[in-house]
Amino acid sequence: MIKKLILAGALALAATASAQAACDLSGGRVSIVGNEFPAIQTIGKGAMSCAGGGVEVKTNLTADHQKINLAGMQGNPAEYTSAIIANSSIVALMNEDVIRPLDDLVAKHGGSLKKNQLITISGKVMAVAFMANAQHLVYRADLLEKIGAQPPKTYEEMLDQAKMIRDKGILQNPVGGAYKAGWNLAQEFNNMFLGYGGSHFKSGSAEPNVNSDAGVKALNMMKALSEYMNPDFLTHDSNATNAEYRAGNVALMNMWGSRAATMTDADGVPQEVVDGFKIAGPMTVGGGSISASTLWWDGWTVAKNLSDEDAEATFVAMMKAIDPSILADAEVAKQAVWLIDGYKPTAAATGVFAAAQMNTIPYPMLPYMGLIHTALGAELSDFMQGKESAEQALADVEAAYVAAAKEKGYLK
Amino acid sequence: MKHKTLFWFFLPTGLAMLIFIAAPIVSVVMQSVFLPHEAVFVEVENCGPFGCKTETTIDQEATALLKKEAPLGRFAGLEVYFDRGHLAVSEVAEAWRTSDGLGEFFGELRDLPFYRAMAFTLTYTFVCTPLLIILGFAIAVAVNSLHRHLKGLVIFFSLLPMIVTPLVGSLILFWMIDSRGILGNFISYLANDPDLSLKASTPLVWISLIVYGIWSSAPFAFVVFYAGLQTVPQDTLESAQIDGATRWQQIRFVVIPYIMPLVTFVALIQLMDNFRVLEPIIGFNAEAHATSLSWIVLNDLGGETRQLGAAATTSVLTLLGVAILLSPVLVRTWRDFRGRT
Repeated sequence: MIKKLILAGALALAATASAQAACDLSGGRVSIVGNEFPAIQTIGKGAMSCAGGGVEVKTNLTADHQKINLAGMQGNPAEYTSAIIANSSIVALMNEDVIRPLDDLVAKHGGSLKKNQLITISGKVMAVAFMANAQHLVYRADLLEKIGAQPPKTYEEMLDQAKMIRDKGILQNPVGGAYKAGWNLAQEFNNMFLGYGGSHFKSGSAEPNVNSDAGVKALNMMKALSEYMNPDFLTHDSNATNAEYRAGNVALMNMWGSRAATMTDADGVPQEVVDGFKIAGPMTVGGGSISASTLWWDGWTVAKNLSDEDAEATFVAMMKAIDPSILADAEVAKQAVWLIDGYKPTAAATGVFAAAQMNTIPYPMLPYMGLIHTALGAELSDFMQGKESAEQALADVEAAYVAAAKEKGYLK
Repeated sequence: MKHKTLFWFFLPTGLAMLIFIAAPIVSVVMQSVFLPHEAVFVEVENCGPFGCKTETTIDQEATALLKKEAPLGRFAGLEVYFDRGHLAVSEVAEAWRTSDGLGEFFGELRDLPFYRAMAFTLTYTFVCTPLLIILGFAIAVAVNSLHRHLKGLVIFFSLLPMIVTPLVGSLILFWMIDSRGILGNFISYLANDPDLSLKASTPLVWISLIVYGIWSSAPFAFVVFYAGLQTVPQDTLESAQIDGATRWQQIRFVVIPYIMPLVTFVALIQLMDNFRVLEPIIGFNAEAHATSLSWIVLNDLGGETRQLGAAATTSVLTLLGVAILLSPVLVRTWRDFRGRT
């Protein structure tokens, strides 16, 4: 008994010692807030391994991270020492000036980082990216075979194939999509709008520019697609759309790369859905050459209102979390399109890689992009329900955006 | 009671009200009239995994200087109250001028977020409140006439809708009315329309939300009325019976007048609660069909860029709405009080 206790004690000591050796920290506080998908869970676990020996590590990984990260970094000292963000959500933190430049820490501890992982704003490193993401096509190869079609390269082909699948009586609503009113619907509009060559703002200003030819075409295409979706599409977010796919009700859909890898891993997915599951690149629309999608990166930041010791501890713990050695685990390697040195693309990554090769536009990092996204999410659902014209819906979006932008001081 | 005694007696309550009720209201009002400074933009080069790009960002040093000069922000007065996201004064005036007929005018109003939210909120409030009072009263009378061995069990089950967390309760109902759910399937079987979807039609979504509202709040009315029924004077009831009053007449002429103050109380609380409807809209994912002022507040705060000023303004408007809604009941209570003394 006593022997066992001593052994356990010795092991625990050895574990702390090795953790200290691994992270090489003597103290500090690390507190991470971020989203909750599998790759970020891995990052959180990696940072946790630095805990012990005077170093305190906490994580709060939740889908509501955007609602709490800013408030949690505005105090002094900040509650969250690091926020895991994407190219959309870093803007809110930059707007309020709550994250610090990382140049000195990168010079000291960032030896294993590749240059393209460093997110620099005006020459200063503000975040370290660890994965890339994009929305792209996922489809049922077995069903496309039945109608003798190749996976669609354009949204027009997708519509034709959806019609064939419905007419043959294979599936009633073959198209899937995260069209839930709010953020998701707005994001689908962004994809389609950029695909038609639109740009959200008049160049170099905060004036909205969505009520345009590209905007109307984008909405009409979305409406046409929605005719082949489950009639409840305005309540379906990514989770609900994935559930529809897993249940075998969907043949073609535009889905996030970060979710495609684990799409058919759930329990109870019918075998033909698992076997027929295939990933392809994003589609183009309206004869455009740029894909109707956006490119995303996910990365981490360090809070501004922190002691230098806590900031250093946070940086080192996050570096440990994205150490190239994590890719040795095949499960981890599959979770995302990692930007980490030594990553070899898996089959699940083909969609995101295709997106990058098709000159897909990165989601804009503009101070006022979040406001127009919110306005799109709130005002487009009337059009999708057939209650108003595309022009009216887009005029409403612009009016809602202008009111919000005036309030925030972005427009006079 | 002496004034001094009354003062010391009231002081703790008064302080608590000042700190927890008055101060937050003052702070919300401040946030609605002071807005962030006008942003100073600079063009910078941003680089990342997908290459470099010249983009606009906020000049933090210049903004920090502005903030130092006026820490509260820029005073905007009632500007936000009148903008499109709220009372939309100029849009309403424009709609009034350009539309032929009231129908078109109200159609244009429906396009403005505040009025769209009010349309649903008021319908919800004024349909739910009377119906849940009637249902609650009916349950109370029914339970009151049960055998005493059964009462405990029935009371427990009648209270369940109130015990279930609103968000969870509405989510369960949301799944049940899904076109593949048990209720949704049943309704589309009854209507003989396989494509019928409760979630895709605005009137059906409104009906579902109202049914949920009645279901979840009726137990509250039931509990209050049931307690009231225990105190109805038995001798008055007996004399009514001797006079040959039917069961309905006893309820109509003895019980209802006796518990009328309780009806006022329940109506007051429920008007207030229903006006702030939020959880069912979230639970039912109904934002495409129905919104409320509370939902607008949540949406303003939950976006990628938080709109504190807009949210604060909507909060103040909610407060005013509740005050207007309750004023008839409050005036009446005040008159009753004056009449008694």
